Amino acid sequence: MTATALSKSDSLTAGQLPRWSTPATVVGSIALAVLVTLLLGPFNVGLAAVLAFVIYQVVTYCSSGLVEGPRRATDRLMTGFIIGAFLLALVPLIWVAATTLANGLGRFDLAFFNNSMRNVDGVGGGAVHAIYGTLMITGVATLISVPVGLLTAIYLSEYGRGHLARGITFFVDVMTGIPSIVAGLFAYALMTLLLGPGTVSGFSGSLALSVLMIPVVVRSTEELLRIVPNELREASYALGVPKWRTILRIVLPTAVSGIVAGVILAIARIIGETAPLMVAAGFTQSINMSFFSGPMMTLPTFVYDQYAYRGLPPEAFVDRAWTGALILILIVMALNLIGRLVAKRFAPKSGR
Amino acid sequence: MFSKKLAAPLALVAASVIAFSGCAANEAAAPATSGGAASGLNGRLTGKGASSMSVAQTTWIAAFQTANPGVTINYSPDGSGAGREAFASGAVQYAGSDRALKDEEMGAGKFAVCAPDSNALNLPVYVSPIAIIYKVDGVTDLKLDADTTAKIFAGKITTWNDPAIAALNPGANLPSATITAVHRSDDSGTTENFTDYLAQAAPSVWNQKSAGIWPDAFPGEAAKGTAGVVGAVQSGNNTIGYADESQAGSLGKAQIKVGNEFFGPTAEAAAKLVDNATKVSGRSANDWALKLDRTAQGQYPIALVSYALVCEHYADSSVANLVKSYVGYIASDAGQKAAQAKAGNAPLSADMQAKLKTSIDSIK
Amino acid sequence: MSTATHTRQAPEDDLALVPAKPRIGDKVFTGLSTGAGIAIFVILAAVALFLIAQAFPALTSTPEMLQSRGYGPFWSWVAPFAFGTVYSAFWALVFAVPVAIGIALFISHYAPRRLASGLGYVIDLLAAVPSVVYGLWGANTFAAALQPLHAWLATYLGWFPLFTPPASGTGRSMLTTSLVLAVMILPIITSLCREVFLQTPKLHEEAALALGATRWEMICMAVFPFARAGIVSAVMLGLGRALGETMAVAMVLSGAGVIKFDIIGQQNPNTIAATIALNFPDASGLRINQLIAGGLILFVITLAVNMLARWIVRRRAAFSGAN
Repeated sequence: MTATALSKSDSLTAGQLPRWSTPATVVGSIALAVLVTLLLGPFNVGLAAVLAFVIYQVVTYCSSGLVEGPRRATDRLMTGFIIGAFLLALVPLIWVAATTLANGLGRFDLAFFNNSMRNVDGVGGGAVHAIYGTLMITGVATLISVPVGLLTAIYLSEYGRGHLARGITFFVDVMTGIPSIVAGLFAYALMTLLLGPGTVSGFSGSLALSVLMIPVVVRSTEELLRIVPNELREASYALGVPKWRTILRIVLPTAVSGIVAGVILAIARIIGETAPLMVAAGFTQSINMSFFSGPMMTLPTFVYDQYAYRGLPPEAFVDRAWTGALILILIVMALNLIGRLVAKRFAPKSGR
Repeated sequence: MFSKKLAAPLALVAASVIAFSGCAANEAAAPATSGGAASGLNGRLTGKGASSMSVAQTTWIAAFQTANPGVTINYSPDGSGAGREAFASGAVQYAGSDRALKDEEMGAGKFAVCAPDSNALNLPVYVSPIAIIYKVDGVTDLKLDADTTAKIFAGKITTWNDPAIAALNPGANLPSATITAVHRSDDSGTTENFTDYLAQAAPSVWNQKSAGIWPDAFPGEAAKGTAGVVGAVQSGNNTIGYADESQAGSLGKAQIKVGNEFFGPTAEAAAKLVDNATKVSGRSANDWALKLDRTAQGQYPIALVSYALVCEHYADSSVANLVKSYVGYIASDAGQKAAQAKAGNAPLSADMQAKLKTSIDSIK
Repeated sequence: MSTATHTRQAPEDDLALVPAKPRIGDKVFTGLSTGAGIAIFVILAAVALFLIAQAFPALTSTPEMLQSRGYGPFWSWVAPFAFGTVYSAFWALVFAVPVAIGIALFISHYAPRRLASGLGYVIDLLAAVPSVVYGLWGANTFAAALQPLHAWLATYLGWFPLFTPPASGTGRSMLTTSLVLAVMILPIITSLCREVFLQTPKLHEEAALALGATRWEMICMAVFPFARAGIVSAVMLGLGRALGETMAVAMVLSGAGVIKFDIIGQQNPNTIAATIALNFPDASGLRINQLIAGGLILFVITLAVNMLARWIVRRRAAFSGAN
């Protein structure tokens, strides 16, 4: 970047936009965008927002380019894009949350938490069987996947060399490509092979979910372990700490917040799976306390079932579906919070 | 150190699991009280199959379990194909299917849950009218015939004010808007029955065989399941689709021309379809696999007929007893009426019920 | 000093060359982690074996056989779905990656530090939404809201091959589906990118700023080179999700067995995963084998894409000064 763009004021410090310029541009472009949208036809929030963003970017780039030079202008432009990206991501989040809340609060009552769907047709009923199933199946899947995934990631980043490591990396890549329903079929086929035809259980649901979850845990964890600075490891070795303790006390805690975030994301990824659970864990309207035998309902299958196969009156079924979805989201949110608390306890104090 | 730090969150999770596990207020401790059941029936029955009769099965199961507290029945609406596979492999004791078993699928010894010398029985227990649903501004009473319907869904008629539609609806205020025809994207009995109607009643337009999957040769929008089609027709404008009559909600339902009369998708008119059907030849007297005649007079021709698949002889006589009394209830007048209230199906005629009763009584 | 922080390889233990007394802990730990790696090997081998065994009948049947008992000749049946899988994932990445990197940068380098972790939590919430809910929302709310955009694109930009009229009447197009997919993979990509950006050596950033770089120039010079491999990894994770996503696509996309580049039309190429979900319930016999063979193709596609990405990482790594 050569400094060809010497403006007339010709100074690196003097040529700066006044502090009020940014808020003024924001307000101005929103007002202009709303005005233009209203002139074009019926008011459309989306159109106005896009227009306001474009106007802001153009005005900022031009004014900053004139006063501050192209480098500052590019910086401001990119700042605009980055903040814009964040705001953009909030749109679907708020939209989905609002839709779920608006539709799901109707049946968010006590009956929903202490009733199953056994002998319920039409109005009433609840999802306790599905909530219990989801907690059990996802919990066991996590108990299987996190140790295996974490240890594999540790192997890959701390020990792995040669063919085995490369093979595992390769196979983890492959595993991310398993279609979720195939994982369900695999678990179903495996249990059928071991325990006779038609065996569905909560456990085989957990197996199916583990197949999906392990690669996600390995991938995110491995990446984070690799960027733990080597100075930390070397410092630890220099103090005579054995390698396994170094990994456990130095490497893992340094990366723990990211690892926990990765695990939570992996749980969020599998807790909403529908197709594999329908195949592997089956389908029931009653609560099933036995984890190893008999079909077990989960929230996603419950939501899907209530939404897709409605009886009369249909509203009762749709309401239950949305409430189930709301509870599913709340569970993941709660897990996320718990995960963050855990991460905070383990994480070393840092300047970050 | 690890365990101590993890203890609190883990305890929280464990506590919530335990808290949930104890309380399903509507579930009595069924196995414990089963001894005193009035009917004396006990045991567990598992069925799998067509999602079309999911709600009806739920209704039947609820009523049957209430009357026989010692019995637990689970029906998974995994789909007809899954149901047939599971029935053949012995994973379930009965199946629901949107079509009867084909000749090559039938045969003694092919069904693991049946006695070695036993064939399967196809019992048409669930008839559900399929409505042609639409949402068109200013149109409330749409009338269609087979050719026009076929042309709309084949993409040959593309606007609502097409002369063919106008001729059937004199005086209707048809807009010039483009038609958006919505069909099922999943493999379904509803599509199979709908395309069967088009293939039988409008062969000059619909040159494809009936199939559960919409032929790619014909355009239109695809949506998943009944709920998806209803949703798409509802959220769009100038849309038309086909779906289970009971789920049509506030959408318009077209009347279909048969002979010189128009029929709406009512339960009585649809039940006639089963009465007008002929038995598939070469089956036993107790097997009621049907060949539907979509062009017969005096009926609403588009309806889904779903079968219960059971054994002639079960290998286990206690299973036979359970199936007999459960499927017997399904095919009875009480069962059919109970399902109608919740699932909106068309109850079988008294004549058909009597025929099925004879078949069900023969199950051993 | 900074080269050490950059070394993306674990220490190969020059220290271990010093003969020390073998430690039980080390042995156990090495054994455990190696065992976990081998376990993954075993699981995958089992899944692969299962897939191949189940797909075998469909792959070896004659086209005539598949025509009558299955869904039609295998390769011409699967080609549109394979195309649709890659095509929808491609658009999802096009929409999601820039936004995800933007968000990650916002959280790591732009937002006030007190807010940063809270904002990260907010974005993670997007991952908390199960795919069934995305399906419900996408099909009923989002598609309807985007329908006017489809009509507008078809009317004014119809000459452009991507926007060939007629537009979808309900908005359940490839465009809508890719946007839903983009929303779904956004938190995955963001989360990993954010963590990697945060690990950028502070000294590099400060050096860049001290030389008079603007914030953006600092990010280009210090953050991106350091994070490149991490970004690719994050994108691959997102891509894996986008390629394999089943329920949301099945519910939102108006799919058919066609190959079309148009992204706003009524008939769109379906994806393999959605096709399996849509047809599996009613499938029996050879059709099940054919669907699983389709799953095998999805497997191969994901593998190819992943290998490509790894190859890119390696190639770029050779040129960049960061590694």
